[in-house]
Amino acid sequence: MTARVGVVTFPGSLDDGDAARAVRLAGGEAVRLWHADPDLHGVDAVVLPGGFSYGDYLRCGAIARFAPVMESIAAAAAGGLPVLGICNGFQILCEAHLLPGALTRNQHLHFRNRDQVLRIESPATAWTNTFAAGQEILIPVKNGEGCYVADERTLDELEATGRVVARYVGGNPNGSLRDIAGITNAAGNVVGLMPHPEHAVEALTGPSLDGLGFFTSILKHLAGAPA
Amino acid sequence: MARVVVDVMLKPEILDPQGQAVVNALPRLGVDDVSSVRIGRRIEIEFVGEADLDRAREIADKLLANPVIEDFEVRLAETEEVRP
Repeated sequence: MTARVGVVTFPGSLDDGDAARAVRLAGGEAVRLWHADPDLHGVDAVVLPGGFSYGDYLRCGAIARFAPVMESIAAAAAGGLPVLGICNGFQILCEAHLLPGALTRNQHLHFRNRDQVLRIESPATAWTNTFAAGQEILIPVKNGEGCYVADERTLDELEATGRVVARYVGGNPNGSLRDIAGITNAAGNVVGLMPHPEHAVEALTGPSLDGLGFFTSILKHLAGAPA
Repeated sequence: MARVVVDVMLKPEILDPQGQAVVNALPRLGVDDVSSVRIGRRIEIEFVGEADLDRAREIADKLLANPVIEDFEVRLAETEEVRP
């Protein structure tokens, strides 16, 4: 059976269509979820896409994390549901305390958009298992508040437990501590990533096809998971 | 009506790029004796009845501030701060 991957739309989400398309190109069934609907409609995994959520009025993700769908997602994530937060989705996961740390204004204050080289540091997550450790990939980054911060103890713990998923290579676009571009929770099912894999899934519109790996990873993970 | 003021500031160890941009602009105003600027947010909450500082603190902790990166202070508005 085809894996069903939910893609949440918040007010202000703008990459939800791209994320759903990436799921389909990878071979999965994309299921659109609405932020005000707590029902997850039986999906096997969830993507929180990028955008400018209504929570940005206060802090990125601060209000989005109280959306009815987020309560269901937080509960399901604790039970092992794979969740990928991209850009604003990463901010929401941090605000919801599903991932440690926070995302703050880019150090140089400028919105930064460019194609970015990342190094995959951990293939041991539900969303990165088709990559090799140390593999370098090229996907777009576009954010104004993408600077990852956490206290030294948290950063050391993330490093020591292999929870840094991806790091910026060839220049840090936002000042993130230790060049961190993505992290995972202790169980490896929840991943937050600032750059946008869903924009690198087709030759016509992306700098590479490297982003597809995140979406084929979740399908591989679900295919291997016990029913 | 009772007004409670919540001041939210980035923790001292968190870089404040906005404040840094301001301090870098000050010499253009002829100001050379300021070494640091940090920018926070002031939030005013009006309770319908009595001011409830404990609930204001809870609101601040859960929503207004992100305790991972920010500190906050909660206080009753001074009388002269209370506008009609």
